Amino acid sequence: MDFQSKSMRMNNARRTATNYFISGLSILATVLVIIPLIAILFYLIYKGASSLNLAFFTHIPAPVGQDGGGMANAMVGSGIILFVASLMGVPIGIAAGVYLAEFGRGKALATAIRFTADVLNGVPSIVMGISIYSLIVIRQKHFSALAGGVALAIMMVPTITRTTEEMLATVPHAIREAALGLGVPKWRTAISVSLRTASPGIITGCMLAFARVAGETAPLLFTALGNQFWSFKLSEPIAALPLQIFVYAISPYDEWHRLAWAGALVLIVMIMVSVTLVRIFANRGVLKGGS
Amino acid sequence: MSSTRMTDERNTRSSPTAPPILSNPPASFAQDSAPPEVDAAPSAIRDFLRKRGSGRLADNSFAAVMLLCACSIFAIVLFIFGILVIHSRPSLVQFGWKFFTRQAWDPVMGDFGALPFIYGTLATSLLALCMAVPLALGVAVFLTELCPRPLRAPISFLTELLAAIPSVVYGLWAVFVLVPIMRDVLGPFLVKTLGWTGLFSGPNFGVGLLTASIILAIMILPIISSLTRDIMTAVPNSQREAVLALGATRWEMIRIGVLRNSRIGIVGAIMLGLGRALGETMAVTMVIGNHPNIGKPLFAPANTLASVIAGEFSEATGDLYLSALIEIGLALFLVTIVVNAIARLMVWAVTRNAPARVH
Repeated sequence: MDFQSKSMRMNNARRTATNYFISGLSILATVLVIIPLIAILFYLIYKGASSLNLAFFTHIPAPVGQDGGGMANAMVGSGIILFVASLMGVPIGIAAGVYLAEFGRGKALATAIRFTADVLNGVPSIVMGISIYSLIVIRQKHFSALAGGVALAIMMVPTITRTTEEMLATVPHAIREAALGLGVPKWRTAISVSLRTASPGIITGCMLAFARVAGETAPLLFTALGNQFWSFKLSEPIAALPLQIFVYAISPYDEWHRLAWAGALVLIVMIMVSVTLVRIFANRGVLKGGS
Repeated sequence: MSSTRMTDERNTRSSPTAPPILSNPPASFAQDSAPPEVDAAPSAIRDFLRKRGSGRLADNSFAAVMLLCACSIFAIVLFIFGILVIHSRPSLVQFGWKFFTRQAWDPVMGDFGALPFIYGTLATSLLALCMAVPLALGVAVFLTELCPRPLRAPISFLTELLAAIPSVVYGLWAVFVLVPIMRDVLGPFLVKTLGWTGLFSGPNFGVGLLTASIILAIMILPIISSLTRDIMTAVPNSQREAVLALGATRWEMIRIGVLRNSRIGIVGAIMLGLGRALGETMAVTMVIGNHPNIGKPLFAPANTLASVIAGEFSEATGDLYLSALIEIGLALFLVTIVVNAIARLMVWAVTRNAPARVH
């Protein structure tokens, strides 16, 4: 019972071979992608861990030629800038997300805002830097932590808006209807029912946006500028961890290279922790309800 | 919309299980459940609700505040555009449209043209895409169609971690690891094997166009692959099953059932990667060599739109120099907006009906 002619058998062999060939290629591609990641992570941990010490967290940068010194001022500076940015970016982002999810369903305006947010997300961070420079720094005639914070806040808004909206969309409508049925006004429903139900997801979304801007250097180059000393004022140039890493990485001194690696490790650990948290929350399906 | 469908389903599902006596209520019961008459007289409940903030005024003002915040996103885009136009005026007036076709970049003589940076940006981005796209598609195909289930989550998690590493850390790694590799291993190898093309001649210091393209490729890879994966996941399984039922091998199933259905979305994902590559600043600035060159071999230093701003903005003296750099920023802004808008529309066209997910 031989249904297949010789040419058909040849054809089948060719098809099977192509199948295996492509599968092999795709596995190869995955391996090729994983290698640089592992290389970067391991090299970073190796270099960073060997140069990390207590002084890194407690001292300000030492003058050129001296050993030791740390990035304490840069870490505090990053914290101040990020705090200012979150203070502005998070409420606006969440409110915009609430509008999109609770009031704007199916409206053309909401679609336009959603689209603009996505597009704004792709605007290069250096463009934010020079526009804030033109707006604030030129007018104030000096660099400041405030300008850096505003630049980062602008970058946070679209990300937070979109995650908030996606999270609110997973809240089952039945819960909202139950609240409305009990006579709870709509604004109260949005705050105490929808936002509250989605809050784990929204908080992790905010952390994700926070982690993303925490590593941004380009918008801070011409706004916060950097500072070798302690600075706590919003109206003065301030140091930031990514800025300091950039300056040290392109400097010619070995001691500064060491500090750059240590700074990169600290930065990346911070970011990885928040990304992992987001991943855990998203996977566990905190919000997997109806809808 | 979907919730009403859900509740309907629930009702229909629960009604057969309900006891028969309730499914056919007596007439007196129906009379009792008739809606009560609307009472215009003041009631305790209504007062209570009003005190809790019920009412049209509170609702409307809350909605208005939310709308205002949402519209701030429009405002941000308009504000960036406006302020860049205002501050690039000296350069706009002086050079006009020719700014983008002039090759000169001479801060001392006050002679500026953006062509070398446009060339650098296009060359690095396209080279990066050439390297990243096949790999990203391979990863996406592997993760959606071939990967054994227990491996799927860790690998996609790893590729997403790649996306979370800040640009400056990529730059740091590139300066201390990629540049020496490029100078001592990869560069000589390329000269030996592909030297006849003329692309790899000249001195090789490790920094230059090609190194910047490689680091860019590593950076845009996770974006393209995770978006492509989303798009492929959105292809309905019935498509795959239909092709398999016709006797296709797995690759034919992927080609006919999956890739063909999601090609618009994949092109969109690639364009999103392109948008990211066009505007990438820090890592590129650190390894590209920062010299305005056109048409030199791939080892030669170059400069991109973003890296020239990062490198020269803080030392720009004089209004014209500064405004020329801001005009470059304006060009970058407009180009990335257009690329991103087209890309988003393409991705939306495919994934619009897929469930929302968090990255």
